[in-house]
Amino acid sequence: MEPFYFYTRITQVELLGISAKNVKELLEGIKKVPSSSIYHHTHRYLEQHRYFSPEYPNDFSYWITNNLGLKALGERIASVDIIQFHDIEDLRRRFIEILEEYVSSATVLRNCIPGEEFRFLSSRIFILPTPFVAKNLKEFCECLRKVTIHSVYFHMFEARLRLKKPDNDFSCWLRDSGYTELADKISRLDPYTYTLEGLRKKIISLIEEEINKK
Amino acid sequence: MRKIDEYRKIVGDEVIDELYMLAEKLKHVSIQNINSTSYGGGVAEMLSAIVPLMQDLGLKVRWDVIWGDKKFFEITKKIHNGLHGVDVVLTKEELEYFIEINEKNEKLLSKTQDIVFIHDPQPIALVRKKRKLKNKWIWRCHVDFSTPKKDIWLFLKNFIEKYDASVFSAPRFARKLSIRQVLISPSIDPLSDKNKELSPDFIDSVLRRFGIDKEKPIITQISRFDYLKDPIGVIKAYRLVKKYIDCQLVLAGGGAADDPEGKRVLEDVMSEAASDKDIFVLFLPPNSHLEINALQRASTVILQKSLKEGFGLTVTEALWKEKPVIASAVGGIPLQIAHKYSGILTYTIEGTAYWIKQLIHEPEYAKRLGKNGKRHVKNNFLITRHIQDYMLLFLSLFNSSDTIYL
Repeated sequence: MEPFYFYTRITQVELLGISAKNVKELLEGIKKVPSSSIYHHTHRYLEQHRYFSPEYPNDFSYWITNNLGLKALGERIASVDIIQFHDIEDLRRRFIEILEEYVSSATVLRNCIPGEEFRFLSSRIFILPTPFVAKNLKEFCECLRKVTIHSVYFHMFEARLRLKKPDNDFSCWLRDSGYTELADKISRLDPYTYTLEGLRKKIISLIEEEINKK
Repeated sequence: MRKIDEYRKIVGDEVIDELYMLAEKLKHVSIQNINSTSYGGGVAEMLSAIVPLMQDLGLKVRWDVIWGDKKFFEITKKIHNGLHGVDVVLTKEELEYFIEINEKNEKLLSKTQDIVFIHDPQPIALVRKKRKLKNKWIWRCHVDFSTPKKDIWLFLKNFIEKYDASVFSAPRFARKLSIRQVLISPSIDPLSDKNKELSPDFIDSVLRRFGIDKEKPIITQISRFDYLKDPIGVIKAYRLVKKYIDCQLVLAGGGAADDPEGKRVLEDVMSEAASDKDIFVLFLPPNSHLEINALQRASTVILQKSLKEGFGLTVTEALWKEKPVIASAVGGIPLQIAHKYSGILTYTIEGTAYWIKQLIHEPEYAKRLGKNGKRHVKNNFLITRHIQDYMLLFLSLFNSSDTIYL
């Protein structure tokens, strides 16, 4: 069994100097910003509000609903099922489709109040090793209790969508170590519907079930 | 001098261990901070807290202050006001003098510094030496501006674009620039006099000193006496509450004694408070950190009913003390308060009054807001996160990719 090395990551947020005051400008922005910006606006909440699931799972839906007052469009953008996307570019295309459909049918484009424009940000990630290494399932479970939620986040979200790995890191390692069923169970979780602490607890409980089976 | 390890008990070992890990990657890099004053004002306060902690982490950090005369600082004051959108006129002669004083300060610079970290507009023109020194340059804008005067912005932009990176405190300050713009939020120091834990005896003694009754609910707003903080609106909200709840209002803050507007606001507030013995208008000297801390800790509800706000560090301080906060949704406040989760966001005097009553009547709910607020500040707005952001910024100057393996 190859050991599992836990990594963690820290984010640096950058300002792109691009803003939008209505849906059309938001659409133009979404088309041209780097993929790291789309990633940032759809994942930022997960780490900032780590103990509760926000009503709006991405910045676009929050702004459309609260600053433009377009509840139906906001809800459509909010309900884009991010877990189904393995590539940020596909996710970007989905947002573009929804917004283009809206823009082409809207008779009037509502502007936000000056000062409440949507400001595009992006993020750069720094990946660091942690002292936590697991050589078996029990140790893996112990480490998972101790690492920061940034480490959980890195292995569950970043690996798949940003670093374009086929699955989350935990499932990949468990599968390679012969725990196929457990790996599949973790793969099937929709991590976007948990808080990070909730997700950690859920994974730990699945591993404990596996340990107790023996 | 505080040590970085003292923060372990507040933020946890993993956060401090990460800081050491980042510091290790920077141990061969020398960093020079330059600003225009060694005391007074938020920048000097921030540097005097952060620089020693970075040194304690093993970084080769220094902090230098530029020299300037009265004329120079009058010009920089005009630049500052121009950034805030005030109609100021800067003559060609004044701009030349600004550059001349920057040139005189070039002696502070040397090739031995790998990174020159310039704070605010005053020393901005030092960057003209960059080509000769061949080091990395960062410009940190601490000024909260969103509608600057065009000619002043263009004058500064000419210098800013010579830097390798710029740093702003909030997304709304972002501009179209040819260089990287990094977002770094301000922070508070949980071990400073303003924020550290206080004994109940000390808090009681402060209340006694000001004649405040600790048995009656205390509604507090801490801010300098400025119309933009809407102290009159706060009194009106209190009056709406007072009809139903026997409570007290504390309006405490400082302000420059020579600021004519501040004096006028204070007089207006005093006259509005008039003969109400339950309103305490406290004009405190600038170093009253412990008193402010005690007043916040003794409060039942804390308000920040600003009409305009920068980041709103007084809100951060109140949230850190686990207090239910009711604040206007302006400036950086919505970044700190998620409505009905970590505090309350309001838009009107009536709305503020409604929520004050709710929070006084529902202490359990108020307590939950306070707890969530403190947790949000702990995760996002403490000095340790600020130090981490600075170290990432330094590291990113030497590696431009989106994903950096350390």
